[in-house]
Amino acid sequence: MMLLPRALTDPLIRANPVTLQILGICSALAVTTSLVTALTMCGALIFVLCAASGLISAIRRHIPRSIRLILQITIIATLVIVIDEVLRAIAFEISQRLSIFVGLIVTNCIVLGRAESFAMHHPVWPSVLDGLGNALGYSLVLVIVATIRELLGAGTLFGISILPTVAEGGWFVPLGLMQLAPSAFFIIGLLIWAIRAARPEQVEDPSHQLVALKAGTGS
Amino acid sequence: MTDILIAAIFTDNLALSFFLGICTFLAVSQRLSTALGLGLSVIVVQAITVPVNALIHRHLLAPGALGWAGLPQVDLGFLRILVFIGVIAAMVQLLELLLDRFVPSLHRALGVFLPLITVNCAILGGSLFMVERRYDLAEAVAWGIGSGAGWALAIVLFAAIRERLRYSDTPRGLQGLGSAFIVTGLMSLGFAGFGGLAR
Repeated sequence: MMLLPRALTDPLIRANPVTLQILGICSALAVTTSLVTALTMCGALIFVLCAASGLISAIRRHIPRSIRLILQITIIATLVIVIDEVLRAIAFEISQRLSIFVGLIVTNCIVLGRAESFAMHHPVWPSVLDGLGNALGYSLVLVIVATIRELLGAGTLFGISILPTVAEGGWFVPLGLMQLAPSAFFIIGLLIWAIRAARPEQVEDPSHQLVALKAGTGS
Repeated sequence: MTDILIAAIFTDNLALSFFLGICTFLAVSQRLSTALGLGLSVIVVQAITVPVNALIHRHLLAPGALGWAGLPQVDLGFLRILVFIGVIAAMVQLLELLLDRFVPSLHRALGVFLPLITVNCAILGGSLFMVERRYDLAEAVAWGIGSGAGWALAIVLFAAIRERLRYSDTPRGLQGLGSAFIVTGLMSLGFAGFGGLAR
């Protein structure tokens, strides 16, 4: 019984898919210039990841091994098309701002990764929880980055003015850099640093030593 | 045409300004030689799949494209994600077979990267951007080659920096992934300097 809550809570910080396993950051960063787009993206990913994990887990005994990847991608792509069309129908303006990034959930490594490594070997209910946990871990990073970028880049949250900018007669000079691509990389890098300072067991020693060793033998 | 090519390589760099293919970008940049192999594979695959997807979208999926079959009101645009993924997977497979048959040496060098490319979001993203920006066939060719070359340029530069970075004494928490992100951010900042080069 302990398994169920841990499947949900582990991916939040201890095994966060974005900061620890570098999965799914492609789309995670591009939509973080404002909280509204980031939250919409999170919603889309939560839907796709839970549904894909559940569906794939439900039919896992009937999937021939040799064509499992094609099947998984087809299921994921179908779900992504559904959410893309739904977004376009109910929130057209936001879906325009999300541009191609909802479609790119298909190639988001988290979805395929969880399907392949968890949903293929576990019953439906734990798979859905695992999907939900990973989607929430991804959402957490997205929301943190989006909050920093929108607050410092435009002085607003959800489009509501928090720090009155100079242009509106206030005191806050928006940091233009925060609205540009590089800031997202910096924030994620610093976030990883913060998490690893708090949890030293995540610090990467092995890969570093391996590389140093190879360089040593090569010269 | 040249505008699109230059913009795709420098100002609209897929990796550094649209965050596409960053998973692979960070995972396969430990050594310069592997990064070079992956970069070349991405250029080849991108240069083939974007124009092919452009043709398929134009003649099968776009609104009214099925007019020749007597179905002018049909719009299959929603299928493009599924179709593009299929085309990319098929093209990669085909490329692998052809290389194995005719250029075995190149197949040995690039073989391990080709399957990886199927799920690289830079490839799918390239095709989706092509649709969103309504490129015609010639522009799609330029965009395909340019965006592939831009991605390859970014990963090769990044791998070269990382090879140096391993001798540096970074704070423990920043080792590996943390510093990789900061460096990518600095590169992205550098590439932002190309803004205005093409429009």
